[in-house]
Amino acid sequence: MGSTVGDDAEIADLMRAANAGDARAYATALSAIAGRVRPWLARRCAGRGVDVEDLVQETLLAVHLKRHTWQPDAPVMPWAHAIARHKLADALRRRGASVPVDIDDLAETLPAPTTDPCRAVDLARALGTLADRPRRIVEGIAVEGLSVREVAQRLGANETAVRVALHRALKTLSARFGRS
Amino acid sequence: MRTDDLVSVLAADATPRPGMERAFALALVAGAVAAVGGMLVALGVRTDVGAALETVRFPWKFVVTLALAATAVVAVRRLARPETRPRDALPLLALSPALLALSVVAELAVVSADVWAMRALGKNGLVCLTAVPALAALPLVAMLAALRHGAPSRPTISGAVAGLASGALAATAYAAHCTDDSPLFVALWYPAAIAIVTTAGALAGRVFARW
Repeated sequence: MGSTVGDDAEIADLMRAANAGDARAYATALSAIAGRVRPWLARRCAGRGVDVEDLVQETLLAVHLKRHTWQPDAPVMPWAHAIARHKLADALRRRGASVPVDIDDLAETLPAPTTDPCRAVDLARALGTLADRPRRIVEGIAVEGLSVREVAQRLGANETAVRVALHRALKTLSARFGRS
Repeated sequence: MRTDDLVSVLAADATPRPGMERAFALALVAGAVAAVGGMLVALGVRTDVGAALETVRFPWKFVVTLALAATAVVAVRRLARPETRPRDALPLLALSPALLALSVVAELAVVSADVWAMRALGKNGLVCLTAVPALAALPLVAMLAALRHGAPSRPTISGAVAGLASGALAATAYAAHCTDDSPLFVALWYPAAIAIVTTAGALAGRVFARW
């Protein structure tokens, strides 16, 4: 994630391009959002038994599935941070911690931990609960770097069907995050 | 899975999606059609509607209920965005109660005290209390579906405001049927009926507006 994209206006431009169908701009925007959200989450996760990278991934998945709730004329990061905060509160609740959601004030004083290597486990676990076909679609793109068309060719399936299956798989992954 | 790999997967799913405005516009139209249709089929418009329209009190009911419907729809649309805090949306909702309070004061001033109770109780209190929640059921489903398409940080509060919007749409439809036009009646029964829908919305939002 060596991207230096991080300027608010730049992320908003990328997101607008993404909404117009530019997948490369979208990937850059998502990486930039991850880069901004990671230290923000790290400060708030410190000592709470929540893995930062798991939360970054859960946030990205929610950013993706709820991207239509971003207003194209608004800055991206307040919106993305609100999603991260929501997912953090959710994760803390799942782990049984009765911590109030509004932890912003105190969190500023917590030390930022050293950068976590991407050792996220929740997503891999959720991926394992998917049916064979959607899992192969997701893994083909994620692990082997295939395009949707290449995955479709390999599975002998229609490209549109693969797109639909992929979108459904992402919704399922989001719902099963950290719950298996 | 590495975060970079996840980004590749998400980018592969980067197809344009319908926006929130469309979802709430659809919910509003579907909800209004369901409420008005339900009223026409089950209750009917009052028979003296022509004469009633020439009074002040009958049209005023619609000013109050439509003000509530409009502000509640705007508020729930805002609440469907994750960055909206309740204080960014809820103050709007004071408009309709303020209008209603004004008309109550006016009514108390122009009507003698011995008929206040009769005006407030009216004849249709229990009809109002059952018809408004019944007419609001489908609009509430539509509003909650739109809310679910969004990403509300506060599902319970957002669900309550969805209930308020649905209750206000139902009350608007019901007002065309009801012959009790005194602001005293409206101030007693309508809020009670709409509160039932609001509570249902809060409970449903807690479950269905999570994401």
